[in-house]
Amino acid sequence: MKCDFCSEPATVHITDMSKGTHRVLHLCDGCAEQEKGGNLKAGSKIENIVKGIIAAFAGEMAGELAKLACPYCGTKFMEFRTKGRLGCPADYDVFDKGLMPLIERIHGSTVHRGKSPSRHASDSGPQAELIRLRRELRAAVDCEHYEDAARLRDLIRAKEGLHGPE
Amino acid sequence: MDLSELTGTSGEWLRGTGPESDIVISSRIRLARNLANFPFVSRASTDEKTQISDEVRAGIKETARTRPLSFVDLEVLPTLDRQFLMERQLISREQAGGDGNRGVAFAKEENISLMINEEDHLRMQFMRSGLALVETWDEANTVDDALEERLTFAFHPQLGYLTACPTNVGTGLRASVMLHLPALVITKQIEKVFRALHKINLAVRGLYGEGSQASGDFYQISNQVTLGKSEMKTIQDITAVVPQIIQYERQARQALLSEGRETLQDRVARSLGILRAARSISSEETMHHLSNVRLGINLGLIDGLEIPAVNEMFIHTQPAHLQKIEGRELDVPNRNVARATYLRNRLRDKSAEN
Repeated sequence: MKCDFCSEPATVHITDMSKGTHRVLHLCDGCAEQEKGGNLKAGSKIENIVKGIIAAFAGEMAGELAKLACPYCGTKFMEFRTKGRLGCPADYDVFDKGLMPLIERIHGSTVHRGKSPSRHASDSGPQAELIRLRRELRAAVDCEHYEDAARLRDLIRAKEGLHGPE
Repeated sequence: MDLSELTGTSGEWLRGTGPESDIVISSRIRLARNLANFPFVSRASTDEKTQISDEVRAGIKETARTRPLSFVDLEVLPTLDRQFLMERQLISREQAGGDGNRGVAFAKEENISLMINEEDHLRMQFMRSGLALVETWDEANTVDDALEERLTFAFHPQLGYLTACPTNVGTGLRASVMLHLPALVITKQIEKVFRALHKINLAVRGLYGEGSQASGDFYQISNQVTLGKSEMKTIQDITAVVPQIIQYERQARQALLSEGRETLQDRVARSLGILRAARSISSEETMHHLSNVRLGINLGLIDGLEIPAVNEMFIHTQPAHLQKIEGRELDVPNRNVARATYLRNRLRDKSAEN
């Protein structure tokens, strides 16, 4: 696909929903930069730029990632692609391949250089496990599998006692 | 708490003091945090949102013992009151509009507000009058450290603090300064400043943040990047650029004075005249004229009016504030009348004192 403004290949796709109209722009890097400048003048639409970048990067990976879902919260990569929001902390590892190029593009870096919590779990596994168990509990209740639900509830309580705050 | 009590006051960050406060209205630090053992808000069930809220509130209560915070449950709060809190910048537009279990805890000085179940589980906001990002960060960092004693935040060894949107991952920090730049707007140099800021990865937004129009010639400048830079470096990068913008604005003000003192005086006096005389006035027109009046006070073209009073009028003439002050719901035409009445009273009071 070519850029709407010049003949360069389009890499950024922006959906502009402002002013009550639905406008889709396909832009090359250079024109996207300028369009972004234009948006800043109006003081808005940064969200749309980000969504455009997400769509552009996630789009390339779609074949491989389309089927991928987080085993903990159940979010699918394609849902992130359309909504721009992740489902749980574990998604950052689960969708690693799709997210890293996007993060690099947004921040120009993939390494945190700020503060660290004085106290944090060295292994985030048990935390993510709780997210999965609560989701299974919800499903069990919805399907009226009350024995499973009771078992899951006890398991969650035990784990919350171990890893959650008092 | 009774929100109506707030209508007689304004937040500390509006008091118009602090370094460079004729141009820099306020400094703000926002930190995004999420509990490690829950899904992000948009994925959380009703039960989970309640659990998140309970856990975060318990953490806040424990750490804020020496500093009482008022908690407001936004799920049951009427729309008008939510808009009122948004106009005071105590909650974000997203949180005012959202649904489900969510709330805010804030200090009576309105310099701290802790939003629960916003886009992230916890969004902490710290504000000060004038250019004071470093001091504001120190305070934010202290509160964050204290909360981390009680709560386990989602943290990744490589990516830092994990957030619902990857645009905030890393420090979760948005540092911003709110600037009043009327002379750069009048002399049409403002876009040049925006382009320069954009090149160094800083964002420019209006008075009410993302997606809002820059009314009253107020502009918020903030960092876009949250990964790969420390909090201090992020703050220093913004703090370094602000004196330049201040200098441009001052130069533009001096140019306006030296090239056409009378034209500027006329502009300021007409604006004050309209605000003092109007019987019905829109929010947009009010912001425009208040901006001219604020500029006039700072250049010594108007006597008998103080900056904090004008700062307050910018907030008190917003739609929800007018309705809270009047004590009833008003449609647009009635709001315009109430706004004009409010302004006539305020401006008459102030000039009569002189």
